[in-house]
Amino acid sequence: MWVSLKLAVVTTVALIVLAAPTAYLLAYTRFPGKTFVEALVNLPLALPPTVLGFYLLMVMGPKRPIGQGWEWLTGDALLFTFAGIAAAAVIYSIPFAVQPMKAAFQKIDRRLIESAYVLGLSPFKAFIRVILPNSLSGITASAILVFLHSLGAFGVLLMVGGSIPGETRVASIAIYEAVESMNYRDAGIMSLSFIPVCYLFLLLINRLNRD
Amino acid sequence: MGLDVRVKKRLKHFDLDISFSCPDGKIFVLIGPSGGGKTTIIRMIAGLERPDEGLIRYQDETWYDFSLKLCLTPQKRRLGYVFQEYTLFPHLTLYGNAAFAAVEKKQVNALLDFFGIAHLRDSKPHMVSGGERQRCAICQAVARQPRVLLLDEPFSALDVVTRRALREELKSLQGIRSIPIIYVTHDINEALYLADEMLTIVEGKVDMEWMERMAARKDAAGKLPKVAREPRLTLVY
Repeated sequence: MWVSLKLAVVTTVALIVLAAPTAYLLAYTRFPGKTFVEALVNLPLALPPTVLGFYLLMVMGPKRPIGQGWEWLTGDALLFTFAGIAAAAVIYSIPFAVQPMKAAFQKIDRRLIESAYVLGLSPFKAFIRVILPNSLSGITASAILVFLHSLGAFGVLLMVGGSIPGETRVASIAIYEAVESMNYRDAGIMSLSFIPVCYLFLLLINRLNRD
Repeated sequence: MGLDVRVKKRLKHFDLDISFSCPDGKIFVLIGPSGGGKTTIIRMIAGLERPDEGLIRYQDETWYDFSLKLCLTPQKRRLGYVFQEYTLFPHLTLYGNAAFAAVEKKQVNALLDFFGIAHLRDSKPHMVSGGERQRCAICQAVARQPRVLLLDEPFSALDVVTRRALREELKSLQGIRSIPIIYVTHDINEALYLADEMLTIVEGKVDMEWMERMAARKDAAGKLPKVAREPRLTLVY
């Protein structure tokens, strides 16, 4: 359960930071091949998790550039570690972060941004001072979706992380394994613990939204 | 000295071809029917749109020059721009909006005072009336200490009484500023009241006869009483 929560928090924070510029580009700029980029961003939504997991497994292996690069940087392997499943969860949840943010950015009146430019703000400052504060609901929606989606991730994580206790064994995998070994009591306790956690999280988000 | 504008731009239904200059401290009114290209001119001065060719200069600084392929960004032009409506930042209070790009924060309170909205400084834009919002938008633009002030039909969405009050406030504000003010409107009364100089723009070209045609139509009485044709005029004056 701890691993699950840690994973969900890390994924959410990382994705909000990563998705904001991506959503900005998709919402405000035009460039050749944009539809292709947009489809690519949405691809993790369409692919079966095991397929996505398989490719991530291939790419993150110790003999591949990404796996090697990571090992060179941190001295640790990427596969079957927490960092590995975090990376996988981030990629798995990209569309859930980008889409609501993009929609929120597009809803902002173009004249507000122009007004900020005329008032002397650079595009980056206008993004921080005008666009972000006016799309908080979209960003919150992104955070909820990503958090819950990575809390429930199963297939992708199993492919790249396996089930190492305390490292990559997230709750959904632990529940599955408990059921496999007929240990219904543990599976029940773990499943039950999801309900208050998810419920509290939703209450918190509601509260944030109201403020 | 002042603002010199000479621009051409191909628009969807006609070609825009305009040149004028506005001296410091004067209100220069662009008037004409809607869809005649007035807003496009303002947007080109602001740097939000690019002319196809021409020249825009303020004093000895060039903002746009086709032959030099020079086009300053809106950020570098340092102007004030009041749009028709809804351009206050919804997440900020009126004070936050007015102080958004203020050069001197002290001046903001004085401006809010001048426009009679100081008591609303902590309200969000959606909580105040349209007239109060536009007053705040003018504060925001002026607090930036702009070199040129652009006003694009700033009062067109307001009721007659508020309009008249705001017009007068604007006119008295102009006394303490020495910058060119470009004012776009399609309302002849407003133009006559505010303008030091006036330019009539119809379908992207200067058409000084438009005013006369409009005036002539008003004088051609007999067919319809004036009150019926222009009820708004009789209300204001």
